[in-house]
Amino acid sequence: MKNNIDIGFETIHLGHGSGGELTRNLLDAIIFKTFSNPFLDQKHDGSIVKFKGNIAISTDSFVITPIFFKGGDIGSLAVHGTVNDVAMCGAIPKYLSLAFIIEEGLKVADFIKIVKSIKKAADESGVLIITGDTKVVERGKGDKIFINTTGFGEMHPKANISVSNISENDVIIVNGFIAQHGIAIMSEREGLEFESSINSDSTNLNFLVKDLLDEFGTNIKMFRDPTRGGLGTVLHEIANDISKGIFIKETTIPVKKQVAAACEMLGLDPLYVANEGVFLMVVSENIATRVLQFMQQHTKGENAAIIGTITNNHPNKVVMESLIGGKRIVSPLVGEQLPRIC
Amino acid sequence: MKYLAEYRNLEATKKVLDEIHKITKHVWNIMEICGGQTHGLVKNGILELLPEKIRMIHGPGCPVCVTPLNLIDKAIELLEKGVIVCSFGDMIRVPGSKKSLLEAKALGGDLRILYSPLEAVTIAKENPTKEVVFFAVGFETTAPANALSVLHAEKEGITNYSILASHVLVPPAMEAILDDELCTIDAFLGAGHVCAIMGTEEYEPLVEKYKIPIVITGFEPLDLVQGIYMAVKQLEENRFELENQYVRVVKKEGNIPAKKVINQVFEIGTREWRGIGEIPNSGYVIKEAYKKYDAEAKFNIAHIKVPENSACIAGEILRGIKKPVECNQFGKLCNPSNPLGAPMVSSEGACAAYYYFSIT
Repeated sequence: MKNNIDIGFETIHLGHGSGGELTRNLLDAIIFKTFSNPFLDQKHDGSIVKFKGNIAISTDSFVITPIFFKGGDIGSLAVHGTVNDVAMCGAIPKYLSLAFIIEEGLKVADFIKIVKSIKKAADESGVLIITGDTKVVERGKGDKIFINTTGFGEMHPKANISVSNISENDVIIVNGFIAQHGIAIMSEREGLEFESSINSDSTNLNFLVKDLLDEFGTNIKMFRDPTRGGLGTVLHEIANDISKGIFIKETTIPVKKQVAAACEMLGLDPLYVANEGVFLMVVSENIATRVLQFMQQHTKGENAAIIGTITNNHPNKVVMESLIGGKRIVSPLVGEQLPRIC
Repeated sequence: MKYLAEYRNLEATKKVLDEIHKITKHVWNIMEICGGQTHGLVKNGILELLPEKIRMIHGPGCPVCVTPLNLIDKAIELLEKGVIVCSFGDMIRVPGSKKSLLEAKALGGDLRILYSPLEAVTIAKENPTKEVVFFAVGFETTAPANALSVLHAEKEGITNYSILASHVLVPPAMEAILDDELCTIDAFLGAGHVCAIMGTEEYEPLVEKYKIPIVITGFEPLDLVQGIYMAVKQLEENRFELENQYVRVVKKEGNIPAKKVINQVFEIGTREWRGIGEIPNSGYVIKEAYKKYDAEAKFNIAHIKVPENSACIAGEILRGIKKPVECNQFGKLCNPSNPLGAPMVSSEGACAAYYYFSIT
């Protein structure tokens, strides 16, 4: 993206967070100019917005290293992460707050690149940035840039998302390939090159969620996006929340070949690798096939798959049938997945 | 993924499992040596698919688990002295006597998690004013890369690099297990990766001396069931031989250049095994000519000795005397968030395998 903004500095320093003239220059030249909208243009301490009914609110902080990676950057991630969390509540995301904590020394060009990426992701997700904050901390007190976003969404009129709706024989569907984001980040960090590059799956899921709610409404019992901790950890959480068992089949879980190969090499289990463009949903058995076909028509669900069912056997446990027909439990991730010795 | 998909094939695996059911007439205790094999068995649910008469006993082949507690304390001491300590990820969560390396890192220690010891040599080169130590643990499998890191440092004239080494060997451990009066093992699945380096010849004397079948075995589901089939077939036919299931990787002579590198830097000596104790001639020690790369000598930390946690039965687990679920603390006081011993933390530890994957 061409950088045509000039604030007279190449790097951000403490003065840019002072609240004075330099801060104003930085905000005017970069933030207000990029995100200009009727709410933000009023330049108040906050924005006043109207909602029709119940609203869903979700907040998230983004501290990823590296800040630029294949398939995205910390900016697009900060939008997608929060937009998706709001959508998972069964809501239609409308507005975002946006707060930066910048470590002094960040290149202005990098900051602009991130801001433009936020703008693009917000436009694609149909949300407006309506309030924000920028702080600068001393070198060594941060890691280039941290971003916090809070999302506000209007509840979809047909949404009735609640774990208490889930019953035996309900079906679990995922929208596509798992484990791409974590592997993309890991390979970037480790400097690993694979035959074909693995991109982060970071994307907004709100339009697919809205379309699903329009079509199937209250028959959808749950949405959940397995970000950190991966699919395995989220399935385990659900089993605990509903005090029922979950049965999944390893053969049905969509994993791209090169991601599976990278996981082998790094000693990681794709079930515990982070995703940023994946969600799972729980629906009644009688509509599962229709939901699956509906998702497969959508670009963000074309690799959707039914991966398992809810069962009254083994309550609170996730049991997976392995590739060779044996059974194992799927436990939650403890700590970080670590590279193995051999 | 060539050589993986074929060995995770449902039909092929089922066929071998059916054969095992057909030929099994007696009760047999088979020990898989390597923790990677233990995880393969539990993670794929193979234990439940075997005949009841086949009892798999989990062996000591988890490099993290057999690393003595005092070595972790030594690495922490180095971190606290301001040394950059580099380690494979597996080691960092294992509890020392007071804390783990991960906790020492949180308190300000400069701990780096690496995939290869050669990266540690690069770190030493880039930080000439700092001392850099690689935490070199493992069986014969990791020894060549660790030895190579020393040779690289020597070649480049890097003097601020050393290794905290605790290399152990598989055959002496098997002998110690077989000599134990509580031993009930009828056959072994040999550790495929170790043999990829060392070859198979050193197992022949064991087969002869103890009249016990040893089948060198791989790690995928089909490998494991094939290895078990070959062991059961020998036992039922009253044979004891050295066989190689993992022929696509393991050659009789092993990896000759890798062995040469090991022998250049290391020599065989007495080693302490966590939970088992000292075993003569059971590991590698750094040769006199490379002593300046031995962190224990360089930093005067050899004196650090600490007792094991008495609540952990790692010794019995590693010798296959008890199964993880037979430990009173399993899943209660001891779990991956609060491990009492290494077998609960390591990705190859038997306790972790049961905790994470076993449906029983």
